[in-house]
Amino acid sequence: MEGTSGNRGPSVRSDCYVAITPMAAGGIVTEIKSKTRVLFGRHIENLVREVLLSFGLEHARVEVEDAGALPWAMAARLEAALKQVFPAPKEFLPPELPQNRRETARDRQRRSRLYLPGDQPKLMINAGLYGADGIILDLEDSVAPSRKEDARYLVRNALRNNDFHGAELMVRINQLPDGLEDLRFVVPQPLNLILIPKCESASEVKAVDDRIAELNPDPSRKIWLMPIIESALGVLRAFEIASASENVVALAIGLEDYTADIGAERSSEGLESFYARSALVNAARAAGIQPIDSVFSGFENLDELRAVATRSKAMGFEGMGCIHPAQIAVIHECFNPGEKEIAKAKKIVMAFEAAEKAGIGVIALGSKMIDAPVVKRALRTILLAEQNGLLNPKWRESDEG
Amino acid sequence: MKDKLVKNEAGRWVPLEINGEPVIPYQGVGKYIPLGNKYAPPLPSCALFPSDGNKVTTSLKDALVKAGLCDGMTISTHHHLRDGDFVANRIFDIAHDMGIRNLRWFPSASFPCHNHLIPYLEDGTISHIEGSMNGPLGEFTSQGRMKKTAVLRSHGGRTQAIQDGEVKIDIAVVAAPAADPFGNANGLTGPSATGVLSYADMDVRYATHVIVVTDNLVSFPCLPMQIEGNYVDSVVTVDKLGLPEKIIGGTTQITRSPDRLIIAEMTARFCEYTGIIYDGCVVQAGAGGISLAIAEYMHQIMKRNGWKIRVGFGGTTRFMTGMLLDGTMEYILDGQVFDTESIRSLNENRNHIPFTINNIYNYHSKGNFAQFIDMVSLGATEIDVHFNGNVVTHSDGLLLHGIGGWQNCLFAKNTIIALPLFRDRIPVIVDEVTTLCGPGELIDVIVTERGIAINPLRTDLLEKVKGSGLPVKTIHELKEEAEAICGKPDKPRFTDKIVAAIKWVDGTVIDVVRQVADN
Repeated sequence: MEGTSGNRGPSVRSDCYVAITPMAAGGIVTEIKSKTRVLFGRHIENLVREVLLSFGLEHARVEVEDAGALPWAMAARLEAALKQVFPAPKEFLPPELPQNRRETARDRQRRSRLYLPGDQPKLMINAGLYGADGIILDLEDSVAPSRKEDARYLVRNALRNNDFHGAELMVRINQLPDGLEDLRFVVPQPLNLILIPKCESASEVKAVDDRIAELNPDPSRKIWLMPIIESALGVLRAFEIASASENVVALAIGLEDYTADIGAERSSEGLESFYARSALVNAARAAGIQPIDSVFSGFENLDELRAVATRSKAMGFEGMGCIHPAQIAVIHECFNPGEKEIAKAKKIVMAFEAAEKAGIGVIALGSKMIDAPVVKRALRTILLAEQNGLLNPKWRESDEG
Repeated sequence: MKDKLVKNEAGRWVPLEINGEPVIPYQGVGKYIPLGNKYAPPLPSCALFPSDGNKVTTSLKDALVKAGLCDGMTISTHHHLRDGDFVANRIFDIAHDMGIRNLRWFPSASFPCHNHLIPYLEDGTISHIEGSMNGPLGEFTSQGRMKKTAVLRSHGGRTQAIQDGEVKIDIAVVAAPAADPFGNANGLTGPSATGVLSYADMDVRYATHVIVVTDNLVSFPCLPMQIEGNYVDSVVTVDKLGLPEKIIGGTTQITRSPDRLIIAEMTARFCEYTGIIYDGCVVQAGAGGISLAIAEYMHQIMKRNGWKIRVGFGGTTRFMTGMLLDGTMEYILDGQVFDTESIRSLNENRNHIPFTINNIYNYHSKGNFAQFIDMVSLGATEIDVHFNGNVVTHSDGLLLHGIGGWQNCLFAKNTIIALPLFRDRIPVIVDEVTTLCGPGELIDVIVTERGIAINPLRTDLLEKVKGSGLPVKTIHELKEEAEAICGKPDKPRFTDKIVAAIKWVDGTVIDVVRQVADN
């Protein structure tokens, strides 16, 4: 019996293929083919032994075909292959990078979230360098059914040992019930948020939330939820989904599946999904969380993306998904507060602060009265402008002078 | 016989003799000053050539026989046909059929198509290559299978070696996309157009015998005369010089790799912030993935500031000709063409001019164009913590690339090495380069996706970059970062056998490559 994991072939890079056959005797016999054999052959040999022996597998034939896999990826491949033929409850965990374990605020900015297929280590290595607010390691649609198990080990190890340079760490689990098993792999790791795909009810959100609570070794540590609405029923239940748990921080929409579900064709103008998107923004705001738009799949066409993202922000969304790093800068540019928006927010905030100082309950800008939601929105605009380097945090001094 | 080795100025052990000829160990940048006169080929007389000027010979074989092809000769070719070259391979097919042995092949570069020559290197038709050894040819050399020691030179070093008589060319075979019966030739038209023939210029002037091979014979005069027929002994026509689609890529594409784009964008930002590029600057551009992307970002910077590049040197692509067209670049001085759009531009634009490699890169000449260049971005296989660079061997010890114009460009005012911090787990920053190709004192900045390292000698840049928000790190920090991700690689093992010598731009030996041991 042979357990296998990973990828091989001429176009494969930063990955490896592993085949493990347990034997009755003879110790660990390795056959290692690697482009980096001269430089890392010894390291690979050592890792194979370390992983096998940690599970108590002492006699096996191990074939490794390596195309420059980093140690965390190779360890994931070895463990995935091993467990097919040598079931063991233990895990082989690569060291956890302290910089990956950081909490994120409930209302942190989530303008962009970059999707990475959970079975492709190559795309994960530099993902943190592109500057997305969040990175999604996807276990769902971008992973072929035969690779789901492989991807769980790979995503787990990436969360621990691949530096994501401060991006919010997100995992999209599979639809329930498989998604609940995915949680076992990722919840104990550095992780900030779980995306629940094709969500149609509050009970799904609760099931995920409860499972996270069981698996989370540190109950004070928050793992946020972002349900994705991808069906007509999901849209109708958007508010109950959005308010199903206090850990839900954002509600996203997935338009590919939604348009199919309602029998429409997806267009870049998005008229067919206008109702759903508007309903989703409304539900999210009613529940006090962030509404997040779908991905734009034409990644070559950045001009069209710019138009889509501009409309999306105008509808009230706070961010979009990205399927290619080139989309990130455009999305940030569109969702960042614009110059006029910042100028107006500054006036409102100054009027608000002046009124507070003077102890006046009513805020006025010129002859116009300003209410609390407008002030709240202006404060958020100022915060985002400051965070993204569009506004000097000392703007009050320079503006007053 | 064991080679007698001496330690050169860069601390590398090099021989005093290569293939029985004395060589000079590297003495430092600008330290070796040559004596004596330039080499000259034998004097010809027009009385020995047809009075009607028709030098067309029936076949390449006849032309080679007329040139007196015999054992031990040096045959030169240029690389404008790139990976589509049929001509170099054909020469050695003929030599092999004639039973000729021990030829020295002296190309300006080699490509994967030249793997065809490996059997001739094995059977002794070719004794060794002096030029570049890429891919399987490099591996063949690294395994110690070449009969004699290979010699690698930069493009400029090649013209210096020809001029100084270090390499005497017996027969120069010039593949010419257009030629007339007298031998005047250019690269501008025909089915195998290459744009320019800059790499053949020196060979034609200094070779004892010159054969022009064309698949596009035009009547006299072939204009412009990039190659002057006055130097040419015979003209041969063939069906095809090469595979057109491999000679010139139809359209050069900018890399879509987001990792490379990050590096390119950071390089351009660095250059703008530190004032390396400015209105009227001189730049060198290449056709590598990162270089093209840098050119495109620079283009945006020029447009945004209303600046112009005074002149762009180098390998030309549609990204440079685009700047010429929209006025962000005033002139292109062209040594090599990479796409069809650049050929169009050469044919139509008076501000797009071919230059010769001798004029821009020869170190033994009265000045050095390369020193006027404000900014050049180059690649490398390794950079060490002393900023020394390697472009010919990989970290596993195998010879895989030629030097190209790399050493020559190091003389630019600001030399930037732009490259990924690691490739397929192999870190590029090392304690000591496997093979020394360029001294660290000439390498100013390393830009990687994970940070920028500035040579401590460039205190001016270290000062100027302050406050830029760019991720400036020390080279040691970059090295440690890569090793934390990849692990610290083992070293390859070598035998004592020297398989190749690396020449510095002045003809001295800066390092050698040794045979890889069975690792």
